[in-house]
Amino acid sequence: MAPQAKPGGGNRLERNDRLVRLALLVVAFSAVSVLLVITVFIVGQGTPIMFRYGLKSFLAGSAWYPSEKLFGLWPMIVGSLAVTAGALVIGVPLGLSCAIVLTEFSSKRVRGLIKPIVELLAGIPSVVYGFMGVIILVPFIRETFGGPGLSVLAASVILGIMILPTIISISVDSLQAVPPSYREGSIALGATRWQTVKMVLFPAARSGIIASIILGMGRAVGETMATIMVAGNAAEVPGSLLAPVRTLTSNIALEMSYATGEHREALFATGVVLFVIIMVLNTIANATSAKRRKQP
Amino acid sequence: MTRRRCPWLLLALGVAVFSGCRIGRSQDELTLAGSTSIQPFADRWAEIFMEKRPGMGVDVQGGGSSAGIQACVSGACQIGMSSRDLKGDEKQLYEIVVARDGLAIIVHPSNPVRALAVAAVKQIFAGDLLSWGLLGGEARPITVVTREEGSGTRGAFQELVMGKTRIYSGAITQDSNGTVREIVAHDPAAIGFISLGLVNDQVRAVDLDGAAATEENIRNGSYKLVRPFLFISRGEPTGLAKEFIDFVLSAEGQALVKEEGLLPIK
Repeated sequence: MAPQAKPGGGNRLERNDRLVRLALLVVAFSAVSVLLVITVFIVGQGTPIMFRYGLKSFLAGSAWYPSEKLFGLWPMIVGSLAVTAGALVIGVPLGLSCAIVLTEFSSKRVRGLIKPIVELLAGIPSVVYGFMGVIILVPFIRETFGGPGLSVLAASVILGIMILPTIISISVDSLQAVPPSYREGSIALGATRWQTVKMVLFPAARSGIIASIILGMGRAVGETMATIMVAGNAAEVPGSLLAPVRTLTSNIALEMSYATGEHREALFATGVVLFVIIMVLNTIANATSAKRRKQP
Repeated sequence: MTRRRCPWLLLALGVAVFSGCRIGRSQDELTLAGSTSIQPFADRWAEIFMEKRPGMGVDVQGGGSSAGIQACVSGACQIGMSSRDLKGDEKQLYEIVVARDGLAIIVHPSNPVRALAVAAVKQIFAGDLLSWGLLGGEARPITVVTREEGSGTRGAFQELVMGKTRIYSGAITQDSNGTVREIVAHDPAAIGFISLGLVNDQVRAVDLDGAAATEENIRNGSYKLVRPFLFISRGEPTGLAKEFIDFVLSAEGQALVKEEGLLPIK
């Protein structure tokens, strides 16, 4: 299908051009349509049961006993939000500091060495993070702070580490994209390096940094394997950082293998709730970054 | 990974059904599906059976007891495997006990509590008994470890120990016998339940109502936590299905049961 350039073949070239454009359009739309199919499927499978039992009992009910037809997702909703918030509390300060050090306070050689390593971190499968969590972190928490060790805290730490590469690499890119004249101007005005970072670079790179946090948050909300391994998966609203917790994703993966009938539908409904939460989080985050971009 | 199992099962069942159509339900294909607790044993039986009868294909699928019973009713497999008793409409199916499995209540080897009443186990899993101190152990909170909803082992525990009482929602939940054992092996305050055949020296099975979790005590009825491993079919099995079941019930088939830590039927 490669267009062949022949002198005087204008019509043919034009036709080839149109063909290629059409082919690319089809490919592009097939990617979008996969998303559409997934959405339609999950919503189609998951929503009927939500309305059969009432949206309120589904979202606000705190008892998850599928064998007794009790499908309260509240503990898992709280669980997902708690673990994600915990991951951000740990991952954002660490990730941003690392990004600042890499762009502003280190030589090109150090940066060239560390950045690929950080990006490599993103390629480690989540089951490996989970395994490390179970072997090292969980016993540490159990012996130091008490409780079963499998906890909100363990999940937050593991997820916090897992979102680091996302936050670091995107923040570094956006800090590096700030025009050199900003930096030079600030230094020329007598600002220190840190003042430059705080008052010039950060505001200028804000949208990229927020984007990095959104993407990190998305990974934390969606992570399943590592969470199942270290969170303990109790279907109850956690009373403390040391209590076990079940997230929406864990709920689906944990029970999927044996679920039949309404239990299975309820797991699809869990997927619908997850879908909505992710969309709401993304919308809020996008809106804040857009608003900030408008006011200089 | 367990979460992958379902699509594969569906695919496999689909393939099984279609291949059945293609060769016109020939007599040399046998499909089993159901309880993942029975699956590893059924795999071994199938392996030995196929060695003895070359040319015969025996296909073993997981999916869980309920899925196995459904597959059996729909005809997607000739033999369903269930690790729980049949209930309601299911009772019309032909069932035969091929082995039995004890359920062990396990704790950390360092735990001084070596015996429990079944009533106490029930209270612990209901979340009403919270400290080992009340049971003669160190005064520390009990870490309760359970299986996920839908699991056959959980179903058996619910039926044999809990009755109508719920397992409390604050319990740590894991999706396999292996991970339950792993957690109990590393947490001195943990308690969980697994198949008796899977107890190893990393954990200790406690005595229940004065009876140690041994084969002998199960046989004489003093150890109460036992579940049947059932083979199920629509009507009396015939042909290859009958041959396979006969093999499983034979001395050779039952020797394997014993070897793998289950309890033979006789």
